[in-house]
Parts: sequence; structure tokens; C-alpha cells
Amino acid sequence: MNIRAAASHARSLPLGLGRRGLLPNLYDLIIFIFIAAAFVALAYGIREMEAPLAKLEVAPVTLDPAHLPEYALRTTLRMFAAILASLLFTFVVATLAAKSRKAELVIIPALDILQSVPVLGFLTFTVAFFMRVFPGSELGAECAAIFAIFTSQAWNMTFSFYQSLRTIPADLDEVSRHFRQSGWLRFWRLEVPFAAPGLIWNTMMSMSGGWFFVVASEAITVGDTTVKLPGIGSWLALAIERKDVAAVGLAVATMGIVILAYDQLVFRPIVAWADKFRFEQTAARDRPKSWVYDVVRRTRLMRVVFGTVSSATAYLALTRLRLPTRPRRPGATAGGRVGDALWIAAVLAAAAYALWFVLGYVRASLGLADALAAGWCGLLTLIRVMVLIAIASAVWVPIGVYIGLRPWAAQRAQPIAQFLAAFPANVLFPIAVAAIVSLRLDPNIWLSPLMVLGTQWYILFNVIAGASAFPTDLREASTVYRLRSAQWWRKVILPGIFPYYVTGALTASGGSWNASIVAEVANWGDIKLKAVGLGAYIAEATEAGDYPRVVLGIGVMSLFVVVINRLLWRPLYRFAERRFRLS
Amino acid sequence: MDVIATAAAPLVEIEHLSHVYRQGGAGDHAVLDDVNLKLRDNEIVALLGRSGCGKSTLLRIIAGLMPATAGAVAIEGEPVTAPAPQVAMVFQSFALFPWLTVLENVEIGLEAQGIDLDERRQRAIAAIDLIGLDGYESAFPKELSGGMRQRVGLARALVVHPKVLLMDEPFSALDVLTAETLRTDILDLWCEGRMPIRSILMVTHNIEEAVLMCDRILVFSSNPGRILAEIKVDLPQPRNRLEPNFRALVDDIYARMTARPSGKKEGLFPGTGIALVLPRVSPNRLAGLIELVAAQPYNGRADLPAIAGDFLMEVDDLFPVAETLQLLRFAEVEHGDIRLTEAGKRFARSGLDERKRMFAQHLVTYVPLAGHIKRVLDERAGHRAPASRFRGELEDSMSEELADQTLRAVISWARYAEVFAYDEDSGVFSLENPT
Repeated sequence: MNIRAAASHARSLPLGLGRRGLLPNLYDLIIFIFIAAAFVALAYGIREMEAPLAKLEVAPVTLDPAHLPEYALRTTLRMFAAILASLLFTFVVATLAAKSRKAELVIIPALDILQSVPVLGFLTFTVAFFMRVFPGSELGAECAAIFAIFTSQAWNMTFSFYQSLRTIPADLDEVSRHFRQSGWLRFWRLEVPFAAPGLIWNTMMSMSGGWFFVVASEAITVGDTTVKLPGIGSWLALAIERKDVAAVGLAVATMGIVILAYDQLVFRPIVAWADKFRFEQTAARDRPKSWVYDVVRRTRLMRVVFGTVSSATAYLALTRLRLPTRPRRPGATAGGRVGDALWIAAVLAAAAYALWFVLGYVRASLGLADALAAGWCGLLTLIRVMVLIAIASAVWVPIGVYIGLRPWAAQRAQPIAQFLAAFPANVLFPIAVAAIVSLRLDPNIWLSPLMVLGTQWYILFNVIAGASAFPTDLREASTVYRLRSAQWWRKVILPGIFPYYVTGALTASGGSWNASIVAEVANWGDIKLKAVGLGAYIAEATEAGDYPRVVLGIGVMSLFVVVINRLLWRPLYRFAERRFRLS
Repeated sequence: MDVIATAAAPLVEIEHLSHVYRQGGAGDHAVLDDVNLKLRDNEIVALLGRSGCGKSTLLRIIAGLMPATAGAVAIEGEPVTAPAPQVAMVFQSFALFPWLTVLENVEIGLEAQGIDLDERRQRAIAAIDLIGLDGYESAFPKELSGGMRQRVGLARALVVHPKVLLMDEPFSALDVLTAETLRTDILDLWCEGRMPIRSILMVTHNIEEAVLMCDRILVFSSNPGRILAEIKVDLPQPRNRLEPNFRALVDDIYARMTARPSGKKEGLFPGTGIALVLPRVSPNRLAGLIELVAAQPYNGRADLPAIAGDFLMEVDDLFPVAETLQLLRFAEVEHGDIRLTEAGKRFARSGLDERKRMFAQHLVTYVPLAGHIKRVLDERAGHRAPASRFRGELEDSMSEELADQTLRAVISWARYAEVFAYDEDSGVFSLENPT
């Protein structure tokens, strides 16, 4: 894939970092309370319904290689179901946030915090919840797994779409209004195409991240019930139980094939196709390429298929549907201001109630000591994440720079780095755990690297993208003036790649927090390894069905992630944008 | 082309229109003030003025894209509240959808009207043929040159059969040669009556363009935008830029646009005292214009239209430089001429150090904001002051954007003159220069 295009997309990535305000504000706090209250309500509700979970009539997962293709297919289908749900959510929620000020006030901070919530932590709740909704049916567990993947994907997609909607070029907006396009037509003709590059890139990134969660969410233990959905994740769980190294190897190989197929058959063709939506008035010199896309375009059958799809879209767009999607006008009227005030008052009142509710629930079974314990664990995990990101940076920044400055190497290395980022690292965990067990290493130290096993690649491929985009004339200037090596790193290349590096490190750090839940506690047959930390805290509470502690653990982890984002990553990002942005 | 319809309701009628950008409180910024205008059948009218005079805003108000603060706009006697079907607009930036082909771009207006596919195609292809784009139907905008893109913009406007064509600086994003070809083509189509429209209202800051194309020119003053003069152009089409009458008209308009409001020494910049809105003009351009006017063949006095013609500069390039020189008392601008003062001539003869010294002296004396900052820095013990303080003072009487522009202008001039220093990271002014 074209590196520069990848770079420009990747740069538009994460977390609403462009937004003003560095410190967590009152509003974040309020949204935080809401989200915590939602979890508590879920946990509370599950406890209320005391009936035991109905036994599932699922065909048991076996370690028979003949079943592997089917399992791979099931895993992939779950993935696509989640991405469809995420897209639907994106279209509705982002549009709402962009068109309604009141909705925006709540939705955008909520997305920001939801991105920081460790998804794996509340798998327990959602499984229990969905299994009550669909009692005795496999559908409940399926929904829970899909929901878990959805929660790992939807937020950044929604954010990207929202940001695109808010940055629609003024002249195209005027053309749309000038020709009196209906809201529905405007959505398909202007808004979706304009948002497409960012949305597609974020969707693809979400899918890459999603493999991790699909593997983690297929085999779930809730209290004394263990659900194993047919899929690679369950195969892996079974292989771990039985200490079957060959089966783990097969899972790794299968996952590799699946990701490769996804990369070649889905990711690249879509990115190549989406190139036409890039908002540029000049034709790019090198465009993203995909052999699949080229084949598809040349085949007559596929042309017919695509033609049908595009005329179906056109038909959809031209359906005279009345949507109240007028873009809002700048400048609030007096009535609008009063409305806003009332709305904020309502939100505040609801937040106060939510706070009371959360405190009541947590206080009933937990004391200050528990909070301190969770905080201490959080600190340990924080140290792990920071140290590991630092080590990964020390390793991958020089390598990424070396590769990125050599176009031929970058062309080859970039897809590999993206492949590695998509590969679910938890499939590799058992191998590492088996090694730790047999070498009798200290799990407190040696389990830690697993947290960055899958996420370090984000640093690598962002640095490669940054180094590839580094202007040739600046490199030539530094050669002409014979800059010494240390000086070259300090004054030339590090500032040059800094914005890219921050994006990569930020993504890696967020992913590592999530991974800690599955990385700090690891099993190998009946042997159990544990590193003290917040991830282990949540994992153990989950296994014990101790809902208040799960809620506390998730809350503390979200708090850590939000605060680190605000105090470290967001200022760094803004600094990078201000000082080191080339052109 | 005579004015025929006088009895019927004008195509566009604007009465006592004013527009204010609200920023809350004192920072309200008047863009248009008491504008009256009538657009009749069969005429091309130019709204001529410098950037920031509100002429584009006026066009958008007529197009129904934004509501005016006060006053009435009517199209064929009907008040405008939303985009009216009788008008179509051509944009400065072309505003084409990059993901749609030329044909699809042209169809966009018809599609919104719900016209069925066959008719849409037929009309779009007819418009594309008319505008000379045959063969480009399936091209994407990014494959076209600027001139071709603007033709697509024009076809898109004509295909909906508007009565009034609004053009917002349609040629200013094009290079000189391309712009000239497109102007001529549009004039040909208009004179031959091949465009399905009754009138054209165009916004421009190019004086020659207005004289070349239009039957009437409404000259706008800046800040707030008012109609300064209405000029009828009676020259027969096709017009010749070199003809004495054409030149006389151009000179006359230059003179009107550089006329100083009586008694205002600061020139044409809006605001007074430290709250004078300053343009961002680099010191190099100031020195460049001084040298140009001082040298042969001008010898200290030049005709602005002549400079503009010789160096292919437009009003928006030239006027801010000339007026900044006037503000700094290095030159006088009047009747469309620029004349160097004694100081200006001395500046032209001097070396770099002397130039900087003179510039510093004039800057502190004649630019009130620069003098103010210098005084504050002198008075303070540490000789340091945060920019936010001055920004706040400016924002009392101008918009955030203009305050930023003004502050940046002063910073750039002060750095050149080494009057005071500014540290970007901390946002602090100081007297020390880095050693």
C-alpha cells in the first residue's frame, strides 16, 4: 500500500486529540460517572436476576484439525458482524453529534472515555446480560462476543466520521445547500464520500485491533459457567487447558492465514478503491495498489456486480426521504442558549443521581482499602506500560527510521508491520507462557512483555510512515552540511517523525492497557502465572464473579487511561502538531 | 446591450441591507452597511472591492446561503429566505465534488430537483457541450486543469436554467492566460445569447476584469462594505484593454478605490489608534515596492494601474503594500498614484542597517500599536510582556481573527526593525534580542 497515503490516514487517527483543553474537565468527570453508572446498573441487574445461566446446547469445541476451517470462518463472521454494527452505530451516532449541539455535548466526551475503557473487563457483564436476553440459546453468547468486538471498534470510527462531518469544506457545503439537496441526498453525495477515507482507514484499523478481541471473547468463564463458542479463540483455550503445543501452533498458523486473506482480499482492495474519495484537487503520483482490486475492476462479472451496487446506492440516495438533517447555523440564538442551559442542567442532575447510585453500589461491599488496592495495582500496570513503551520505542524507532528512509525497504516492511499489528498477540501467549513455566522465570517481569507483543507494531509502522514522508530536501541539506550522527538524530529526524511517533506510541499504550487484562494472568494447563497489576485484578475478579471489584477495576483503569491521555499524550500530540508539523 | 426592462420587478432587488458578524459583546464586526442595489434584465454587473469588503458575503446573502442581519433581499419580487431556484452560483474555488465525474458534478443540481435520469443526462450533456467540455464527461475533477474545472462549475450552474448567474471571483484562482480565455468565452456566449440566463452578477477585485466584462460596476469600500460609487460602462463589446477610454475608466476606478476618507491620516485601514487593523505585509514587500517606485522609470512617483499591469499584480496584492507604506509615511497614495516621501526616497538609497533604523523609528512613531508595545516594554522592570495582554486590548474592538492578523503584522515588522522581540513558544514580548 502507498506509504504516504497510509501516513496521512494514520495521522488522522485517534482519540480526538485535536480538541482543545488539556486537563480533564468537569464534563469528562460527568461522562465518566455516567459510564460507571451504566456498568453498575448492568452488574446490579445481573445480580438481581438470580436464576442460574441456562446450560448452553453448543456442540463442544474439539481439537480436530478438520474443524479448524469452520472455526476460522466462524471467527471471521463474528468480526464482520461487529464491523457492520459499528458502521451502523457510526452513521447514526456521529451524524446525531454533528447535527445536534445537545447530543454533541454528551456524545463526544463519552466517545473519548469509552475509547479508554478496557473492553475485556466487562465481557463478563455483557455475556451474562445477553444470555439472559436470549435464554438457553447460543445467540446470547454470540451477541456478547460480537458486542465485545463492537466496543473495541466503534468509538474511533464514530469519532472519525464526526470529525469529517464537522470539517466539510465550506464551498461544498454551500453547493449542497445552494442546489437544495435534501438531507438524505446530502448524506450520500457529500457527507459519506467526504468522510470515506478517514472512516475506511479507521474501520480497517479497528478490524486489525478487533482480531485480538474476537479471540479473547470466544471462550468466557462467568462464575461457574464456561461458554466456548466455536472459533479459533475457543480452540486456543482448549489447547491451553490440554497443554497441546501442536494445537497452539495450528491456531497461530490458521490465524496467520486468516489475517493474510483479510489483508489481501479486504483491507487493500478497499483502501485502493477509497482512494477516489481522497479530498485532493491534484492527482496523486503514487496511489494505493491492490492486485485484487485490479482484478475485480477488470472482470466483467465484477463490473456488473459493482455497477449494480453503485446504482443501488444511487437509488437509495435519490429516494425522497425527509430527514431533519439541516446543517446547523453558527451563532446560537437566545432561545438556543436557554435550551442549552436547561439541557446542561438536566445532564448535571442525571449525573448527580448516577454518582449517588454508583457510590451506593460500590460502598455496599467495598471500602477505601479496596480502592487503594486497585489504585496500587493500577500504578504497577502503569509502570509496566510505560517501561515497555519506552523499550519498544528504543528498539523500533531506529529500525523504523532506517526502513522508512529507504523506499524499497519501506515498500516491503510496511505491509509486514501492518500484518503484525493485526495479528492477535494473545494467540502467541501460550507459547510465551509455556516458555516462562519451563524456564521458571519471574512472572512479574516476564509476563509484562506480552502486553506490548501485539501493540508495539503501531510504533513501528507509524515511524516508517513518518520517515518515508520526511522531505528529501531536508535530508539533502543535512547531508550537505555534514551533520554528525548524534546531531542528525536530535535536530533532523526525531523532530521530523515526532508527530507520527506520538500517534503510534499512543495507540500502542492504549492497546497495552487492554492487553494487560489477558496478559497479567496466564494459564498453561493447570499451572497459573500471575503478575501483580490492575489487569490481573480485573481478570481475577471476573473469574470469581465478584462484580463490585470488576466495576472498581474497570473504573480505576479507565481513570488511569483518561488521565494519562490528558496529561501526557494529548499535550505531546498538540506540541508535535504545533512545532514539528512539516508544511 | 441596452437596459430594456424597467417596468417589471427587477431580477434582484436589495434595500438597506446590513450585515454584522456577531462575536458577542463589543466585538461585533459590521461587514455590510446600508447596501442598495437592483439587478435588471440583460446586464452584467460587477461588485468590485478589495478582499474583506463584504462583497462575497453579499453574494451569499443573495444566493440565500446566509441571512442578512437587516434589510430586504428580493428575487423577482419574492423575499429570499432560502436558496432560490432562480439563481445559480459559480464558486471561486470551483467547489467540485472530487469523487464525482464531470458529468455527475454537472448533474448534481438536477438530481436534487428530482429530475429523472434521461432528462438529467440530456441536459447535462447539452450544458457540457455549450461550455466546451465535450469529451471530458467521464473525467474526475482532479484530472482537469483549473480552467477546465471552472468550466465544469459554469456548466453545473447553467444546467439548472437559472435566471441570474452569480459568480464569486470566478477567475481569481486561474492563471492569467487561462482566466483571459475563459472570460472571452463567457462574454461570447453571453453576447450571442446562448446561455439560458438573463443577468450576471459577479464579484471581483480585479478592476480591469470588471471594466472588460460588465455593464455596470458597483465599487465597494471596505470595513464596513458600502457602495462607494456606481459606474456605467458604455464601451461597446468586444472591449480593448489598450483603448484610451478603457484606460481612463480603469484609472478613474483606481483613484476612487485609493481615495482616503477625509481627515483620516492612517489611510484606509479600519479602526483607530492602537486598534487599527493592520494587514500582514512582509517587510521585504514593503522594501521591494519602495525600490521599485524609486527606480527608473518611475523616479519616486508611479501610477498604480501601471505597476499592476507591468508586474501582473492584482489590487489585493498591491494595495495593502502601498497603504502600509503610507501608514509608515514612506509614501503617499492618492488618485491611483503612489509617491515616495523624502523618508521613502532616503530609505531606497540606504543600506540595510540604516533601513532598519529608519523602519524602527517610523514603526514606533506611526503605528500606534507598535509604539504602545514598545512603551509598555520600556516601562516594565523586566522589559517583558505577554502577547495575551495586547491581544485582549485588540479584541475589545475587533474580531479574534483580525486581532491575530494585526498582532502578527506588528511582530513581523518589529522583528525586521529589531524594535522588540517575540518568543513564539511562551507568547512573550521582550526587549532583548537573542544573542
